[in-house]
Order: sequence, then C-alpha cells, then structure tokens
Amino acid sequence: MAVLDSKVPKGPIAEKWTSYKNHIDLVNPANKRNIDVIVVGTGLAGGSAAATLAELGYNVKAFAYQDSPRRAHSIAAQGGINAAKNYQGDGDSTYRLFYDTVKGGDYRAREANVYRLAEVSANIIDQCVAQGVPFARDYGGLLDNRSFGGVLVSRTFYAKGQTGQQLLLGAYSAMNRQIGRGKIQMYNRHEMMDVVLVDGKARGIITRNLVTGEIERHSAHAVVIASGGYGNVFFLSTNAMGSNVSASWKIHKKGAFFANPCYTQIHPTCIPVSGDHQSKLTLMSESLRNDGRIWVPAKLEDAKAIREGKKKPTDLSEAERDYYLERRYPAFGNLVPRDVASRAAKERCDAGFGVNATGEAVYLDFAAAIERYGREQALIHGDHNPSAEKIDKLGKEIVKAKYGNLFQMYEKIVDEDPYNTPMMIYPAVHYTMGGVWVDYNLMTTIPGCYCIGEANFSDHGANRLGASALMQGLADGYFVLPYTIGDYLSNDIRTGKISTDLPEFEEAEKSVKEQINFFVNNNGTKSVDHFHKRLGKIMWNKVGMARNAKGLTEAMAEIKALREEFWKEVKVPGSADTYNEELAKAGRVADFLELGELFAKDALVREESCGGHFREESAETEGPQQGEAKRDDVNFAFVSAWEYKGEPADAVLHKEQLEFNDIELKTRSYK
Amino acid sequence: MKLTLKIWRQKDANDKGQMVDYKINDVSPDMSFLEMLDVLNEQIINEGGEPVAFDHDCREGICGMCSLFINGEAHGPDRGITTCQLHMRKFKDGDTIYIEPFRAKAFPVIKDLVVDRSAFDRIQHQGGFISVNTSGNTQDANSLPISKHAADEAMDAATCIGCGACVATCKNSSAMLFVGAKVSQYALLPQGQVEAADRVRNMVAQMDAEGFGNCTNTGACEVECPKGISLDNIARMNREFFKANI
Repeated sequence: MAVLDSKVPKGPIAEKWTSYKNHIDLVNPANKRNIDVIVVGTGLAGGSAAATLAELGYNVKAFAYQDSPRRAHSIAAQGGINAAKNYQGDGDSTYRLFYDTVKGGDYRAREANVYRLAEVSANIIDQCVAQGVPFARDYGGLLDNRSFGGVLVSRTFYAKGQTGQQLLLGAYSAMNRQIGRGKIQMYNRHEMMDVVLVDGKARGIITRNLVTGEIERHSAHAVVIASGGYGNVFFLSTNAMGSNVSASWKIHKKGAFFANPCYTQIHPTCIPVSGDHQSKLTLMSESLRNDGRIWVPAKLEDAKAIREGKKKPTDLSEAERDYYLERRYPAFGNLVPRDVASRAAKERCDAGFGVNATGEAVYLDFAAAIERYGREQALIHGDHNPSAEKIDKLGKEIVKAKYGNLFQMYEKIVDEDPYNTPMMIYPAVHYTMGGVWVDYNLMTTIPGCYCIGEANFSDHGANRLGASALMQGLADGYFVLPYTIGDYLSNDIRTGKISTDLPEFEEAEKSVKEQINFFVNNNGTKSVDHFHKRLGKIMWNKVGMARNAKGLTEAMAEIKALREEFWKEVKVPGSADTYNEELAKAGRVADFLELGELFAKDALVREESCGGHFREESAETEGPQQGEAKRDDVNFAFVSAWEYKGEPADAVLHKEQLEFNDIELKTRSYK
Repeated sequence: MKLTLKIWRQKDANDKGQMVDYKINDVSPDMSFLEMLDVLNEQIINEGGEPVAFDHDCREGICGMCSLFINGEAHGPDRGITTCQLHMRKFKDGDTIYIEPFRAKAFPVIKDLVVDRSAFDRIQHQGGFISVNTSGNTQDANSLPISKHAADEAMDAATCIGCGACVATCKNSSAMLFVGAKVSQYALLPQGQVEAADRVRNMVAQMDAEGFGNCTNTGACEVECPKGISLDNIARMNREFFKANI
C-alpha cells in the first residue's frame, strides 16, 4: 500500500488538526506574492478557497464555466448547513457531529478528516455571520436551528429554503473583495480542458474560452480542483445542466486516483419524473421532512384507484394510510437518513403502492403539521376554542413562512397546490460522495494538485447526511486547504514564475485541440444529448438504487459499446472558434462515458451494501434488521482508489484501509 | 401543442441579428419553456442547422443564468419565476411566441439569446462585500443579536439572483433594483454599517460607469422580478446614498 499514504497525523483525534497546524511549514507573506494558485470552480469550496488564498497573499486565478462565480450550483442547496454550536442546548458537540457523520456515512469515511470537519464547523457560522449572511433568527435575535435526517439534535443553520444561495453569495462577496483588489483574476465562461504536469507536479491547466473558442494556457505553482460532483452521469439528476466530471476526470487520466465512484446519493424527496422531455429533476429540501409525513395507501386497491384518478389522497382515512417510515423506523421516523428513506420509497413503489401514473411516487403530507401549528398559533393569539377553518388558516401561514419558496416551486412544476393536497415525491440522483482521492492535506496523488468540496471523496463515506455538503465545501475552502497548501508551497518560494512555453503545455494544448477538431469535423448522425440520455438510462436501471452483479456486468459492457458508438456517430454542429454549447457538452459527455463504466466496475467489486450503495446480494435475511442493507466490515472497510490505465475496465484498484479508533463499528440502525 | 416561435438569431456581438421563424409540434404542457427549446434544438441539429444559444444552468430558478424576453416580458408571462420555471401550460395550442434576449446597452449580446451580464459583477467588485477576512477568528455568531425583522428584511433583499430581468424590463435600463438589493442587505445589518458610506458611493459610481440608466419610479422591475425584490430597496439605496454624501 505504499502508493496510498493518507498522511493522517499521529496523536489523539481531538488534537490532530491543532497540532498538525502547529507543525506544518508556512510561506512568509512576502513570498506568497510570488506564488500563483489556480482554482477550478467557484462554488462553496472553490469560491471560499479562492477568496481565502487571495487574502493570505497568493495570486489566484479562478475559473468558472458559468457567466459569474455566483451561479455555481452550490447556489441551489436549500435546507441548511450543520455546525456543532450546541446553541439549542440539546447535547450537541464536536464529537457528536463527528459521530453522526461517520455513522451516517455507514463507516466508510476517513475518521480524521471527519473529526476536523466537525471541529471547524462552528467557525463557518461565525465567519458567515461576519460576512453578512442573513441566517434565520428567532425573536430574541439569536440564530435559529432545525433538524435534518439521521441526527437527534437541532444543529442545522438556515436561510429560508435558500441556504446554499446565501452561503455562496457570502463566498462570492469575499471573492469580489479580492477581485477588486486584483488578487483574484476571474475567468468566467472558461472550461478547464486538461491539467499540465511538469516534472510530475501540477503546474497549470489548459482552458477553452466558451465565448470565443480560444484555447489558453495558464500556469501556477498549484492547481485546486473544486468542480463539484458527477451526478449528471445519470443524465437526470438535481445537478445543474452544466455540472460535469471533466476537471476531475482529466486529472484522473493524468494520475489522480478516483475513489469510490459508486457512492452516489439518491435523494428521497424530489419531484417525480413527468415525461421523456425532462431535462433535470428538482429537489424538495429534506427540511420538509421536519414537518411532512411520508405515506402510501395501505391497500393495493386504493393505490390503484389513485393512479387511475378514481380516488384522491385526501379521500383516504388515517387507517387507510401506511406511514411506512414511521412504521419501520420508530426512533427516527420521517427523519431517517437519505439512503434509507430512498430505498424505503422504492420498496413500496416496487410492491405496487406508488401513487402517480408511472407508479413511482409517494406522498409527503403537511396536513398534520398545518393542524399542529394552527392550534399552537390560535393559543398564542388567545383563542382556546378555534374553529377548524381558523386552525387551517393559521397553520398554513406558519408552513408558508417556513417553506413558502419550496411550495411555490412545487406548484409551478406540478400544477398542484401542496397546501391542500399532499406533495408527490420520488428519489432522484443528487450528490456524489465518491470523487478524487485526497490525503489529509486534500492533495490528490498528483503532487501540487488538490481537490476540495464535492469533487473529492473524503468526508461523507457511503452516504452524506443532510446539510453536510455546505459544511464540507466551506470547511475545505475557508479553513483546511489554505493551511495545508502552504506546507506544499513552502518548497516553491524560489521556483519563480512557471513558463507556459514549456513543452508540457504545448503537448497538452495540442491534444485538447485535436479532440475539439475531431468533434466539429466528425460526420456523425446523433446529437450529444442522444448519447447522454442513453447513458443515463443504463446508469439508472442497472447502477441505480439497487444493484446486482449481473446488472453491473451488463452495464459495463453496454457503456463501453455506447462509448464506441459515440466516437463514431456523435454530431456536433457549429465551429470550434465560436460560442458552441454542443461542443462543450460533447467533451463532458465523452468523460461521463468513461466514468460511467468505472462507476459500474466499482459497484461490482464492492460486494457489500453500504450507504447509498445497495447490493441486492447483500441484505439482512433475518432478525430485526431483515431486508435492511448488510455491510461487510471484514472484507470491505476500505476506500477503493482507482488508478487510470487507459480503458476504464483496466483501472487498477488500490485500497486505503479505514481504521476506526474513536468510533466502534456497529450495524447502522435507525429503528 | 403546435407552436410558432419567432426567435432572435445573432451570430456574434458584431452581427446585426434578426428574428427567425420556427415551427414546433408535439409540445407537452408539462414541459418547461427551456425543455421546449431543447426539443427545438434537437430538431434543428437533426435538420443540419445550428442550435439556438441560450443561457441556462440550474433549471430550478435560483442560479440566475437563464434570461429571455418572451412575448415582451422578462422571464415570460407568469409571475414570480424565472424562464426555467415557466411551463408550457401557460401557452395555448397554435400560439406564436416571440423570444428575444434581455436587451440593454450594458448587456451586449454574445450570441442569439445569450448576453454579457458581467457589468453586474463589476458593480459587486466595488463594494458588494463586508471587509472581513476568512480567518476563523471572528467573534461567536450569537454575540451579535440581530432583530428577526431586520434579518428577515435583509434576507428578502439578499434573495436577488442577479438575472438582470429588472434591467431588461426597465425603459431606462436601470440597474437600481439590483444594486439597491445588495446595498439594502448590508444596510439592514449591523455588520454592514462600518463601510456603508463607501459601499453605496462606489457601487453607484460603477453602476453609472457601466451605462445603466436611472430610476424614474415606473416599478416595472418589481413586477417582473422573479424573486419579488421590492422597490423599497431602491428607496433605501437612495437614502443611503444621500446619507453618504452629506
């Protein structure tokens, strides 16, 4: 295992990060001015890293494919951000956040990284408030919290249903301050096409200007990849249309190991698919599960009648409903973690209890919450004997204040009023826990190439808990990378500017141009989306919520065949030297077609069920956990890190054995 | 549904541009407006043409990337939404739909329906921030109580997605709703007071330099804003501006 050194510092877990920071090499402020850092992606991780590195004094070049850093997809995160502040006095602590995250990740995350994440979480809230992020507050003027799935405390800070937006705009504001000072050079509408290695170290990137088509060379002393997750390999996901794996995949092809690609989060509360025209799926925040109760009809004939439009959900009495999460998991109820909730929805729908025309939807019902809040409000207003209408009116006002924007979003898409009829929801691809392998410093297996945020693999194991993605993105960018990168850059104070005339840049640029020229000159017959949609279908049907060896083997062969067809038949209109979205998409889908196969291979090798990865062959067959996922700690308590060897099927597996010294490995029960 | 689309096509910034007619059949009322354009583009590609360029990304109404002037209205006929949240059920079979870019001197066209809104970023560079370093050594978040009303009002201003509908809608191509929203967010919070005067002066100066017009209280921006940003924010910015200059 010599190749994979996680570089986790020695010592007790609670002291690792502090003592590590005390002992790493620093770069003095005058020398920082001579060091350049490239950051690819400007979401929570990339935006916060770019701002902080620039504040420290480094020269930062930041890149985004969008027309402004403010539009990165972190903006769409709704529910909230976790932090171990214990403001509610309900027993929260750094250890408990650490414990919940490791357990929530089904014991497949690296302990030391997660502890550090929990440790710096409180700083994030302080920092964001100082930046003017308008978090929700109570009437006393202090910060409010809510609960998320998989935990028993209220530690989630939020800004209505737009927490990601407000945090990203906070990071964007910090970037703006540095752009104004000239410490960050911002390149909007630029896509990274490849990384450039000089003497084995990451020393720059090749980019394409998406407006002019120009291919550019950019050099730096270190390259930070913060380009997000790869959920769009499924075509339909809650990711933005442009979200892609390309930056991560390019560094993978140049030597960065790709870890646990099969760990994908299928989020339980999304708006169901409505037809073949669908371009993306929309999430309804997990925060809705604080007040919404999930159910399907208890009787098959009722489900059938609802699907055929002969009955309405409101026609069914309490006794005719099956609140299956409350029934199966009394301790956590509707707030079980996402992987558990998603599988439970699929189980009911597969059994024939689905409630929309396609049979793939369950209800999320707010009637009970509306009544509860209504009664409470009536009492607050001094009405001890309120009418049903008054309870309903007051209750809806509270629900509107809490979730108004989500309800409006739902109504616009589905054309139904969720205040009066239950929402319909179904699981959809949302987040990828897997990603580029990094050590404790967040450095990949390429020296000088770092990977942060959703793009790396490190903190969420096999399943991410709600409100932890924002926490990780900002922790990496504001508080971890800016320290750890200094240790590496301290060796570069005498290097001087990296020339973009080096042959390595020339060669990388040449191969980028060759691929582009291939696309615009290929005499194909089918659009890029045609291939992307077919890839998505294979992924969803055979590498989706439940996987088995036969399906995964087939998926690998089918993806390989599709990839070969793509390179023969893809049709890219327009030219290389103009704004050409089809050309940009072609490059991204080409990478998805490789990643998809590695993803299936990773899922095939992992013959256990853990977190979001459910192998049908590995389920509990008896006892109280019957039917639940069965983890295999003896054989699979490791991180799969894949080394690129040409064809995805030939990738070589390296294992990072996971050690749990501070948490006992237990069956993950939410019953 | 069958529709006739009249779409603005412009090769690049230097091209003169023109409206071009397209016919599209089999449009489902459940499609979003952008999904309808996806179908059109697939049709154009299959016929050997160049697809219509338009900006879009999150497709859930929050990134602010999508734009489009549809039948003379920014983000189309529905209220409180962006173009990606507009659904075809708002149109009728046989309709003719006019689709144009957001037009303003400060938003030059890049291609077809894609415009350059980087002027918004440059305004933010001039003061859209609080000068606090990300050191992790700031004071505890709860050591600064902020009234719920102020926090909620700041949040309402902060929900601006920077799409530019206000500018496209305004007869003066004014960006004062956009700038007012950012100035207000900080003006309403104690953290924003220290730099308040410099912030509003610098942001307004940049707004003028970019070629945006002034507000003449028509209020169209507030009507078309997908996030319902209130005109009060313009009044607050004006107040802050006067305060900073006396």
